[in-house]
Amino acid sequence: MESPTESATQVTATPAPPAPARPTTPAGSRPATPRPATLPMHHRPADAARRPARGDARLADAIGWFSVGLGLAQLVVPDRVARLVGVETGTRGRAVMRTLGARELASGIGILTASSPGPWLWARVAGDVTDLALLGNVATEEQARRRRTAAAAAAVLGIAALDAVTGERLTRQPGMPQAARGIHVTRSITVNRQPDEVYAFWRDLERLPRFMRHLESVQVVDERRSRWTARAPAGLTVAWDAELVEDRPGELLAWRSLPGADVQNAGTVRFRPAPGGRGTEVTVELRYDPPGGAMTEQLARLFREEPGQQVRDDLRAFKQVLEIGEVLLSDATARPGAHAAQPSAPETVD
Amino acid sequence: MKANCWMGRQSVEVREVPDPRILNARDAIVRVTSTAICGSDLHLYDGYVPSMMKGDILGHEFMGEVVEVGREVRNLAVGDRVVVPFPIACGACLACQAGMYSLCENSNPNAWMAETLYGHSPAGIFGYSHMLGGFAGGQAEYVRVPFADVGPLKVDDGLTDDQVLFLSDIFPTGYMGAEMCDIKPGDVIAVWGCGPVGQFAIASAFMLGAARVIAIDRFPYRLQMAREKCGAETINYEETSILEALKELTGGRGPDACIDAVGMEAHGHSALYAYDRVKQAMRLETDRPIALREAIMACRNGGTVSVIGVYGGFVDKFPIGSVMNRSLTIRAGQCHVHRYMKPLLERIRNGDIDPSFVITHRMPLADAAKGFEMFLNKRDGCEKVVLTT
Repeated sequence: MESPTESATQVTATPAPPAPARPTTPAGSRPATPRPATLPMHHRPADAARRPARGDARLADAIGWFSVGLGLAQLVVPDRVARLVGVETGTRGRAVMRTLGARELASGIGILTASSPGPWLWARVAGDVTDLALLGNVATEEQARRRRTAAAAAAVLGIAALDAVTGERLTRQPGMPQAARGIHVTRSITVNRQPDEVYAFWRDLERLPRFMRHLESVQVVDERRSRWTARAPAGLTVAWDAELVEDRPGELLAWRSLPGADVQNAGTVRFRPAPGGRGTEVTVELRYDPPGGAMTEQLARLFREEPGQQVRDDLRAFKQVLEIGEVLLSDATARPGAHAAQPSAPETVD
Repeated sequence: MKANCWMGRQSVEVREVPDPRILNARDAIVRVTSTAICGSDLHLYDGYVPSMMKGDILGHEFMGEVVEVGREVRNLAVGDRVVVPFPIACGACLACQAGMYSLCENSNPNAWMAETLYGHSPAGIFGYSHMLGGFAGGQAEYVRVPFADVGPLKVDDGLTDDQVLFLSDIFPTGYMGAEMCDIKPGDVIAVWGCGPVGQFAIASAFMLGAARVIAIDRFPYRLQMAREKCGAETINYEETSILEALKELTGGRGPDACIDAVGMEAHGHSALYAYDRVKQAMRLETDRPIALREAIMACRNGGTVSVIGVYGGFVDKFPIGSVMNRSLTIRAGQCHVHRYMKPLLERIRNGDIDPSFVITHRMPLADAAKGFEMFLNKRDGCEKVVLTT
């Protein structure tokens, strides 16, 4: 299921025209016509961009129907399915098989009915992993039926690969330019300061890593170019050289990565006066190819390292530095892990 | 230092923990002289507020003496005696500038957690779960106070701790509950819950011009306090049908405004109460809104329901039809304590009220566990426990 924040991303995402085999198109070099900040929820242009190519869609449908069939079989005749994969069923085994059937049926229906089947295919991949683990368990305890179990495991592996490939292709946004493919994030925050001041604070790029915890460093090379290092999930870092493709003081900054980047990316930061003297609405739009593709992105999501959340965290820090002069800490967030008062926590270190 | 830590459901323990330190430039460290157990601490105690972790230091009603200040704090000096408001607020964001301090946009470092449950995040609160900031609380010998240049109120005259301690939460909370009723001359106000917040809501409703206040509870000693100390008429819901009684007491109109000073762990006697208990125990709803439902049903057409009892998440069988068809107004909120502290301190100085009347028990911080147990089970006429260090 998609969380509200994710669908918000989709709402403001902009579909780009199909660009077969075109070299990197800097997103920021598009004419920066002002667009409405939000579109009505029922208007989901990103879905149009995300609509799969016909071949992928058909494959997804086939996988969906396979899921429905297998799920029904597991629910209705659990014993027979169990025997087929070399498992002896007791009452408990039957219950497990029925649970798996329900899961299978749900993901099948999800794949067939969702407007964007990609996430459901990823759910299937997760399910495949569970199945393999269960089969592995059976293989270790049931000497005689090993061959059948091995065959079943091979089948599950095959299906998992198919799920993953289709999921990968459907989660990607076909037709987006190279740097815009993969992840597209839009996040906004309102800062209680005038646009000129907010813009100027952001424009001092080398200062950003001091409070944006997902950035490690920024070095300004010249008026337009800068070198960025960011923290990636699992303790990795990624680096790229970026060039400003547009710089309108008090309004907008647009950049793109230069060839040789670890992660190709492009984006804009807009500064608009909020209505009624409520300060400045800062909107970051970011597109990039995650290293490792959609799979790592799905994993990152599990660990709150999903890019939308990262951008939101960093925007909040930016707001705090402008409004209160620093990033507020609490006892529990001042250091990683357990906080000082917890029984297992080490004494604080000064 | 010693601090009262949440150790699990209905378990608190005074433990030796590291002293707090200055973490931000606008922090102060306060040596706590008096701190209280709040009714909303009981929701934590009973395990109904999400994102508590074993070892979390409790307490959001406290006062004491400044012993250290960060480099950006210029209005306080070491040795100042201060009362600290329970919501943490920066004073610089749009919410703070609008006086909505409990909605401060910059004081919850774990805003992302609250956003998943509430859509948007409210302010951080001392000792009130990780979702609301992960700040250590004030049931301790020392406490770190962020934005010390915005929140703490200096009290340097002869008023005692007992007289001013409740400016940190329950007096302003009760006052805001009454203020949200927009009381006009002749108004009859009904108050659900005669805990300390309910008592201050009753007293405040009279201060703001209510003609009559009707107080509802089930404990005779609490109803007695509402009658004798605050001047309310009282109904015991274990003896009387509330909706009928309120109609009879108001010529069939219903109270002009109803204040819910109970919150998420209400009690009752109906089948619906049993239903809520089961659903809450199974975590199918987080809150039991018995008092709130009743307040809505009882309120006169076009009246106001003011919610100051704490709710954590989601409720069932919410009578929205009654709200909609009868043009009711619902107002709610964690108290914006900062904006009430000075005017209410003036009222205490003037002798309009002496908030210490709610205190029934005093004990050393070391006995916090006993205090929680007494307060939860309403033993020994327990209305309000003050812990001293």
